[in-house]
Amino acid sequence: MTALLPKTSQRIAFFVLWLATLSVIVPVGMVILIIFKNGWAAMTWEFLTQMPRSGMRAGGILPAIVGTFYLVLGAVFFALPLGLFAAIYLSEYSKDNWINRGVRLAIINLAGVPSVVFGLFGLALFVGFFKFGSSILSGSLTLGVMILPVIITSSGEALDSVPKSFREVSLSLGATKLQTIRHAVLPHALPGILTGTILGVGRAAGETAPILFTVAAFYLPRLPQSIFDQAMALPYHLYVLSTQVPNVDSKIRYGTALVLLTIVLLMNLIAIMIRSYFRSKKKW
Amino acid sequence: MSSARKFKEFIFESAIKISGLASIFIVALIFFFLLKEGIFLFRSQSFAGFLFGKNWYPISDPPEFGILPLVLGSLLVTLGAAVISIPLSIASAVYIAEVAPRKFKEILKSGIELLAAIPSVVLGFIGMVTIVPWIKTAFHIPTGLTAISGSVMLAFMAMPTIISIAEDALHSVPRIYKEGAYALGATQWQTIVRVVIPAASSGIMAAVMLGLGRVIGETMAVMMITGNSASMPRGFLHPVRTLTATIAAEMGETVQGSDHYFALFAIGIVLFLITFLVNMASDIFLHRKRK
Repeated sequence: MTALLPKTSQRIAFFVLWLATLSVIVPVGMVILIIFKNGWAAMTWEFLTQMPRSGMRAGGILPAIVGTFYLVLGAVFFALPLGLFAAIYLSEYSKDNWINRGVRLAIINLAGVPSVVFGLFGLALFVGFFKFGSSILSGSLTLGVMILPVIITSSGEALDSVPKSFREVSLSLGATKLQTIRHAVLPHALPGILTGTILGVGRAAGETAPILFTVAAFYLPRLPQSIFDQAMALPYHLYVLSTQVPNVDSKIRYGTALVLLTIVLLMNLIAIMIRSYFRSKKKW
Repeated sequence: MSSARKFKEFIFESAIKISGLASIFIVALIFFFLLKEGIFLFRSQSFAGFLFGKNWYPISDPPEFGILPLVLGSLLVTLGAAVISIPLSIASAVYIAEVAPRKFKEILKSGIELLAAIPSVVLGFIGMVTIVPWIKTAFHIPTGLTAISGSVMLAFMAMPTIISIAEDALHSVPRIYKEGAYALGATQWQTIVRVVIPAASSGIMAAVMLGLGRVIGETMAVMMITGNSASMPRGFLHPVRTLTATIAAEMGETVQGSDHYFALFAIGIVLFLITFLVNMASDIFLHRKRK
């Protein structure tokens, strides 16, 4: 075989790279398309607002939607203050020393812990040790721990991107460190913090393994009464429908997948929009 | 400054400092609670028997808790996912970082972000209705719930991680390296292969490790499409059971405080340690890059 001209081999190589990229992107589009196409038929007002009936083979998915809403709300309620404070500590207080490095390594590890291990942790600590039982509280706390690294990382990036001079001006006017953070730093970091929180919400809404043993009810055709109640949740409901319940109309499965996917993708879309809106408005 | 305000500041600053250390505390807490429950298994079971035992019969009498078939199941599925995802991800990362026109680049990156956002239970569901029947008819086997189905699905879960971190690594190669190569008359492709990829290699390694770390820990999709057979894996076209799927599938049926319950926590310890090592190692690779 004669050696190819450099230009020719470059053309072939770039074509192969393009094909590889397509083979990653096209399936993403296909997954979304398949779910939208098949799930659309199930989208009725009744499906979104009624209780499931006849062993989940008919009726709606309201309790799963409400359950997911409560879980996500609880997770954010727990993880946002803690994550934001942790980020403020990392970027405003701690010097670059071994504590800082330790915290960063811990965050990296927390982000890499398998979701089912979070489930075990929640089972041992919240359900068992604190005796919250299998409840919305246990599930929310477990999901909150899981999204903590997302919130810390993105809030930290947002805080770091506020120019140093903002802090210096505020401090030179006699403001305390805390006043500086509160009035000169946080307002400018808010969009980044919001973006991270919304991404965390998307993640918490879609996860199944952490809620398997901490909150999820197989079939509970009523709305949760308190935070100590068990609840249904969309991802677990989809899992149950697709593996545990025979003879379900596939329309209901696709419909559940569609509602879940719409919530998660909507969260990501909002996060992307906030990010690009504020990036374009940034004056420094 | 009034003493009331001083007190308020003190409270807030203390809260900030405590929260700052919370992540270290939580990682330690996770490990402690896994250990606290998992350790009880070893009253009745040896370490070697747990790690290298070939039989996972948790509800037989007497039960056997050998996780070797589950470890091999996880490795097999991960190996398949690695073979599929590593070349595709690196090729896509190179395309996005070096070749794609600017406008197209942003669209591709958002597409990758979307893939990362799809919940694993949705991917598992899609796998059940697409890949599983395809594998079944393509290979003429009795069930499509096989290791290879899991590998294909997991490859798509590893790819967003690998692509975005590898793309960052490629992007951060100093411009001056490329300009030097161009000045010597190299084509863009020659520059990518001989200069850019070697310069980004430790970042790419870290990307691959983090991606595969995600694969080992993935639970729902793998449980839904690999067939859940807890015997020694016989190959890609047979059902397998992974470590993660075992915990998720069996925890609901165990009695708290039984050996079976402890054994599932012991599997959790193994998973925690695996991902801990993977994350530490990839962090070392990422830091080497910065020097």
